[in-house]
Amino acid sequence: MRRSHRNLAAVAGIAAVAMLAAACGSSGSSSKPSSSSALTASAPGITATTITIGSHQPLTGVAAPGYDEIAPASNAYFQYVNAHGGIYGRKIVYKYLNDQYDPTITATVVHQLVLQDNVYSIFNGLGTPTHLAVVKYLNSSKVPDVFVASGCECWNAPSTYPYTFGWQLDYVREGKILGNYIEQHFKGKKIGYFYQDDEFGMDGVKGLNYEIPKSQVVAAESYNPAVINIAPQVTALKAAGAQVVVSFSVPAFTALLRLNSLKLSFAPQLVVSDVGSDPITLAGLLESFAKQGGATVSGNALTQGIITDSYLPSLGDTSNSWIQLFTKIHNQYIPKLPMDGNVGYGLAVGYTFVQAMLKAGRNPTRQDLVNAINAGLPQGVAVAPYAYSATNHDGITGAYMAMINSGALTSIGPVQVTDTSPTGAITTFSGTQPAAPASGIPSP
Amino acid sequence: MTMVRHLAAAIAVAVILAVLSIQLGSYRDYQMAEVAAYVAAVAGLTVLIGLSGQISIGNGAFMAIGGYGGALLLIHLNWPLELVLLASAVIAAAAGAIFGLAAARLRGPYLAGATLMLAVALPSLADQYAGAFGGDQGLSVSINTPAFLGPTFPPTRWLAWVTCAGALITLVLLANLGRSRVGRSWRAVRDDEVAASLSGLNVARLQVLAFVVSAACAGLGGALLAVVTTIVAPGAYTLTLSIGLLTAAVIGGLGSLLGAVWGSLLLVLVPTYLTNLAASHGLSGAASSSVPIAAYGVVLIIVMLVFPAGIQGGLRRLFGPAAPAAAVPINALRRRRPASEHQEEGTT
Repeated sequence: MRRSHRNLAAVAGIAAVAMLAAACGSSGSSSKPSSSSALTASAPGITATTITIGSHQPLTGVAAPGYDEIAPASNAYFQYVNAHGGIYGRKIVYKYLNDQYDPTITATVVHQLVLQDNVYSIFNGLGTPTHLAVVKYLNSSKVPDVFVASGCECWNAPSTYPYTFGWQLDYVREGKILGNYIEQHFKGKKIGYFYQDDEFGMDGVKGLNYEIPKSQVVAAESYNPAVINIAPQVTALKAAGAQVVVSFSVPAFTALLRLNSLKLSFAPQLVVSDVGSDPITLAGLLESFAKQGGATVSGNALTQGIITDSYLPSLGDTSNSWIQLFTKIHNQYIPKLPMDGNVGYGLAVGYTFVQAMLKAGRNPTRQDLVNAINAGLPQGVAVAPYAYSATNHDGITGAYMAMINSGALTSIGPVQVTDTSPTGAITTFSGTQPAAPASGIPSP
Repeated sequence: MTMVRHLAAAIAVAVILAVLSIQLGSYRDYQMAEVAAYVAAVAGLTVLIGLSGQISIGNGAFMAIGGYGGALLLIHLNWPLELVLLASAVIAAAAGAIFGLAAARLRGPYLAGATLMLAVALPSLADQYAGAFGGDQGLSVSINTPAFLGPTFPPTRWLAWVTCAGALITLVLLANLGRSRVGRSWRAVRDDEVAASLSGLNVARLQVLAFVVSAACAGLGGALLAVVTTIVAPGAYTLTLSIGLLTAAVIGGLGSLLGAVWGSLLLVLVPTYLTNLAASHGLSGAASSSVPIAAYGVVLIIVMLVFPAGIQGGLRRLFGPAAPAAAVPINALRRRRPASEHQEEGTT
């Protein structure tokens, strides 16, 4: 307690100095000409100088490989924003705690973030089973729960969970887009499903089933993320004669699926959800798993030809303004992390948060952030528009099909958008994605 | 007489806790609730080990039974909270009786092995019967703050009250049990089974009874913890939890109920404190998530080196009267014929 008082004193001191500096500065330059009202502590977690937000992330444990890069990447984007004027002058403080992808720990750390660290909002809490453990609590405590790092349709429930918003392409839409591609390009082939036995896998299968005729599906095998022996499932897929295997899996299990197939000389066309298909993460996992088993494989050779989808610009597209922005921030703030899909994801979702915060206003309450997103966010970092409205809390609405080629994603189709209904059409997106702002920071 | 004394002490502590919960912030209340839930479970374990001389590495499984039992009753039958808590203790006790009967022939490390199996195997049932138990995702538990406290009453303070009440009732009951004929018989069985049975005690029955009591406490602790964390999921009831309970019992001081409180405080507060410390010193990512685990181990080693009889034993040695030791040193369990000074040990 004493320590926190001292901190408080320090913060107050810094705040006083900063305000003095701002007052001196404003006479000379006019940095914020439009609104000159003083910055106030307008909500929990917001002071005159900072916005504190929190998250639960798997920094150790089964889901950590790859996903542990997401929060540091978002933080890198926030540091970039802080270094370029912050959000109306306030700096973002991002506190993410390790929940080891264990729902019980998630509950504990989120209570800590809300009650002790007094965060303004929970941002990008990672995982379907984990976040489900806290979604009720956050909504009953009226804490904005924005841009959950999971594509479960469960986040889109504005009447029950008015404070919760999804962000990434939800698994039903993704399943539909993948299923539609399979239906067009692998007509009459035998299809097998491999999916995680929770809302993530089941939502994905739901979307697939909207598009792929039942008669074509010869096997549907699920796995439990706590059990790494998936030989029985892969054997069953092989026995059913699946020629195409669609996988709604986290990266570790995509790698296990690939290695188990290799062992059984089973070589179906793999179609993998964006969640489990980042080429760099996969290649690393494949090589380390094989090494543990006493074999040597080339990760890139094993991922070659995997079909997937993506809702963010391809990292290989170096002429894309977003990728240029991402690379610049990556090289400056987190050069030790690989420039892979997880880092891209973290930077992109960080950008979206800044977009929403700027829209929420100079001295926002918690409700202001919710209202800002409910009023809709303009398309930015994603290839397709957002669905946000007062009655829809889904995020990105579409993706393009892609193939892994020499360890990088290559686009193999146009951006397609759809909804989550069984009959909703899948259409080619007619708009174009706006270029990244030159400053790298969205305009309010 | 002792009953009155224990009750008076419990009421005094309850008043202090109530004042504390009002004075402290909501996160401290939340932590208080967490500690109280662990106290119930650890107290049961410390009685089992310290008084009856049996070792269980599986009390996390009984917490799971209590937690899931409570969650299912709350979700499907909508029972009032106090009934749910009582029922979860009863359900866990029943499970403890079944397991205790089966394990009554086992001794020492073999009993520990059997309970270890329970701790490892039981949580996977939640995945096997995902329809009933919600699989890996678990079941969500929520209780409402009663209306008479008003709409602005902090929910975490209510949680702290509920769990502290549960823990205090458990402690009073265990304290009386320890002072009763049953407690004396347990000590006799612990010290020498042959002598105890020659004196006409039914050794097997007493051992099973101790198991049932500790399972009931674990069940209540599990249900309280479920209410605090708002979730029951298999990830919460891994072997780590069972070993954590054992650690708390040993560190606090085996056989001492106050020791159970020290142990639970350590179990809850030290990891959180170390994580915050690591984070505020700029350690990030993998380092800040691994350092607390290592540091926690170091803290445990130091406590055991400085206080071989646990914290309560150490406190007694430092401040208490010269006579009876409050807690059993861990190596006393291995002794078949203890010195007479252990006659009076037990509850504090």
